[in-house]
Amino acid sequence: MALLFTAALLSLLSFAYFQGQKRAAGYRDRVGAQLHSLPSYYGAYAVLWAVLPTLALLGIWAAVQGPLVEMMIRADLAAQLAGLSESEIGLVMNDVRNLATGGITSGDPEPAIQEAAARYANLMVTAKAAMFVVCFALGLGGFWFAYRRVNPSLRARNQVERTIMVFLMASSTIAILVTLGIVLSLMFEAMRFFAQIPFFDFLFGLKWSPQIAIREGQTGSSGAFGAVPIFAGTLLISMIAMCVAAPIGLFSAIYMSEYASRRFRSVVKPVLEILAGIPTVVYGFFAALTVAPLLRDIGDSVGLDVASESALAAGAVMGIMIIPFVSSLSDDVITAVPQSMREGSYGLGATKSETVRKVVLPAALPGIVGALLLAVSRAIGETMIVVMAAGLTANLTANPFAAVTTVTVQIVTLLTGDQEFDSPKTLAAFALGLVLFVVTLCLNIVALRVVRKYREQYD
Amino acid sequence: MTDTTPDVTVPPDTGLPKTPSEASNRVRQSLRRRYAAEKRFRMYGLIAIGLALSFIVVLFTDIITKGHSAFIQSHLTLTVELDADSVDPQGDRSPESLRDGSYRGITLRAFFETLRGVSGRADQREALSLLSDAADITVRNAVLDQPDLVGTTATLPVKFGDDADIFFKGKSVAVEGLPAQSTATPSGTQGEITITADGPAFTAILEQAKIQLRDDIQGLEDDIAGFQRRIDRYQEELSQATDEDQRADLRDSIATMTDAIATDTEKVAGIEARIANPGDSEVLTRESSSYLIRINGGVVKVLAAAPNRIEGEVFFSLDSDRRADEGSWQIMTLPIAESNRRLSDKQVMWLWDLEERGLLDMQFNTTFFTSGDSREPEQAGIWGAAVGSFFTLMITLLLSFPIGVMTAVYLEEFAPKNKWTDLIEVNINNLAAVPSIVFGLLGLAMFLNVFGLPRSAPLVGGMVLTLMTLPTIIIAGRAALKAVPPSIREAALGMGASRIQAMTHHVLPLAMPGMMTGTIIGMAQALGETAPLLMIGMVAFIVDIPGGFTDPATVLPVQIYIWADSPERAFVEKTSAAIMVLLAFLITMNLAAVLVRKRFEKRW
Repeated sequence: MALLFTAALLSLLSFAYFQGQKRAAGYRDRVGAQLHSLPSYYGAYAVLWAVLPTLALLGIWAAVQGPLVEMMIRADLAAQLAGLSESEIGLVMNDVRNLATGGITSGDPEPAIQEAAARYANLMVTAKAAMFVVCFALGLGGFWFAYRRVNPSLRARNQVERTIMVFLMASSTIAILVTLGIVLSLMFEAMRFFAQIPFFDFLFGLKWSPQIAIREGQTGSSGAFGAVPIFAGTLLISMIAMCVAAPIGLFSAIYMSEYASRRFRSVVKPVLEILAGIPTVVYGFFAALTVAPLLRDIGDSVGLDVASESALAAGAVMGIMIIPFVSSLSDDVITAVPQSMREGSYGLGATKSETVRKVVLPAALPGIVGALLLAVSRAIGETMIVVMAAGLTANLTANPFAAVTTVTVQIVTLLTGDQEFDSPKTLAAFALGLVLFVVTLCLNIVALRVVRKYREQYD
Repeated sequence: MTDTTPDVTVPPDTGLPKTPSEASNRVRQSLRRRYAAEKRFRMYGLIAIGLALSFIVVLFTDIITKGHSAFIQSHLTLTVELDADSVDPQGDRSPESLRDGSYRGITLRAFFETLRGVSGRADQREALSLLSDAADITVRNAVLDQPDLVGTTATLPVKFGDDADIFFKGKSVAVEGLPAQSTATPSGTQGEITITADGPAFTAILEQAKIQLRDDIQGLEDDIAGFQRRIDRYQEELSQATDEDQRADLRDSIATMTDAIATDTEKVAGIEARIANPGDSEVLTRESSSYLIRINGGVVKVLAAAPNRIEGEVFFSLDSDRRADEGSWQIMTLPIAESNRRLSDKQVMWLWDLEERGLLDMQFNTTFFTSGDSREPEQAGIWGAAVGSFFTLMITLLLSFPIGVMTAVYLEEFAPKNKWTDLIEVNINNLAAVPSIVFGLLGLAMFLNVFGLPRSAPLVGGMVLTLMTLPTIIIAGRAALKAVPPSIREAALGMGASRIQAMTHHVLPLAMPGMMTGTIIGMAQALGETAPLLMIGMVAFIVDIPGGFTDPATVLPVQIYIWADSPERAFVEKTSAAIMVLLAFLITMNLAAVLVRKRFEKRW
């Protein structure tokens, strides 16, 4: 079906273009008139007038068709459906739909349902055919309208370019629409969550055990939704990651920008970027199957009690993943410090390391702080490494050898389980997502602000 | 006249050098320190880079060592009697008839006959887990391919199960040999027999049994210590208790503990006597290593050992009960205790025997590349995930490339410098830094709930990934457009082109290499994304290969995530092999991006 539509659309498109262009070229060749635009623009003009209304009507029709047909069937079955709850009506409609498309239904359908299913099938076929006919009639009508208007004085190019400009503007608003969509969808679901669980209990509560009773009197059903242990776990793992990534990344950046030769730089820089290109699933696998058992064995031989899903394992591997972020951002910042400052320092007799420590790094400090903040934001939002290597139970501790859980792990486990969508347990995931989004957004804005505000103007 | 000697005051000690040589000394020392600090600082930088590089090396080595064996699958060269009655029920060799035939019976019968020493249903059940569940399907496919095989005896390679496969790749338990001196004489050829040697040939086995006894002693001594601690505590409570009932209770408890200590001390003494006495035989338990004697063409499992005699159970019948000379019989050991591994001694012996007889065939694992996911590791493959990834990436490319290029063009060339444009730019930069899981939440809330699109479909996955890669493409596109010099635009405008014409005909083609590089890199990032796809449901167990954009599918990184959670040991190598395939794809894409950039980029 879809293939047929696409083929028809493409043929309408090429027909309109060819005809429009031919008519314009005809004017130029036969009558010798001066065309305002190139013939191809007249073709494009015809195409736009033919195809755009068709597509618009197709879109609206396809969206409206389903609900409209369903409403009509419901009106037919009004007698049967009187007094049923919303979900029961939904089941009846499912039966009708399944019967109509030849699928199986639950139990033997009554004759009224069978009639309704037959009517449904009929309506769908009629609607599809009607959609096809009406839309393409509209398309041909649009083409005819445009074809009639093609003459040498028509400013086809301007019209076409104006339409193109509208498209360009529309595509650039998609970025805003996405942000708006994220914020709205998260807020909507989070509001539903906060209607059931008080806001301050969520933000400041100390116990996280998201269980909801499925039926009355179920044991273990009291849900506590205090998110502080989760935030603490996220912070612990991020701090461990920064302890690994910051020194290594910073010193690599310093070496590469100050001491390394061009050849060394051109070889090592892309290799370090490999660390950034490895998918996080691979890091998670590595952390869960190699690093965590290794740490546990080392801990056992030394006498420490290291959990098999320790925060140290997940944090260390996350740190390895973040090294290229810190390193490349710091590298850019350090290279941007003007050479004149370094040379002034050398002129006073300082060694290279003293110059770096006392002149270059303080000058580059805002940029480095911004880079570190961005790295922290990346660490907080990281999902796969912690899902595979960190634990699932919320644990309020500062011990890096214990198993902790993070915000992203909780979001994944809450949403890939099998609770219904309305229960506070699943909605808690959206609340956590909202908190995550807001925190990373703030970190990014602060990082940018810091860089912009404290950046020294040297030229 | 007074002596006008000048008033020489000693200058205060300011720490400054008093003589030129002292000054140079000080300078030399401080220079040495500063140069040393300089060298150290430089070393730190090199160490940091070295650490980062070593992480890469360690990661790759780990993945490759774990995964390279997944590309090989162990097969059994099985001789199957394709009896016409079971294989071809309708007797006409038509595909329907052949498909209806029952292959499981003849396959299993052939398998049990190939193994040595399978007697009884218990043995059959134990042997069954060594063969893959798909073995009979392999036989059926062979018959369907060549109907002429009906009624003949065919030799086909069938897959081993995952436990056997791991054994053949050397990852579960090794069969090691021990030196055996002196001759040995078995007392029979079947059942439970005794093997007598004319020298202390079995002391190694006895030592192993004694190690187990020593472990038992350790356990008992720990218990005794625990009892003693409790007695001490009770004594303390007794001295402080005032209530008569309580005192009686405590005395009873102390008496029980004392008795327990006495019993255990007796046990310890008994075990120590057994250890000290070299002549007695000891029973081997499941918690100690296993020992098997290969003698006279058969194999005997050691149940109890004395220095010059063992009692054992015959696994594979011996040819005769003649005396075996030194060097013609052998002691084999399985170092890992039977309770710590998945394969029993008998199963290991069957597999070892098949390998000895040359019936083991290691072939390239084509199943890995041609089949979808499965619960059985030897039948699991990445083809379903690869096709799903392909469809998802296609949708992502089709959606993100046009939108990204159009946005970049608009922002760079046509947008007026006002607040609205600033807002768009800020938004794009923010979106580039949002965690990927938030995009998954957006996809879940909007595409699945509001728009009602099918769950787990490449269509929805592609749309979510589009939203994620758009910022990358837009930023790369803007950089590419900025790099085109204004002279090109102005020359085109000077020739009478409109702004859009100048853009489409002149600027865009020149900026295209940079845009394509950015797109390829964005696609590579999208290929490795897992978290947002988990949210929209692509984490289901999908066995069929998806056929279109709305069929339920999974992608390669999510497949890796699912397999990494599986408990079977064989999935570790499959996961590593899938990671190798994924990394290979990513390296290819990144290399392609670098090549495009090098080949087509113009430096102005």
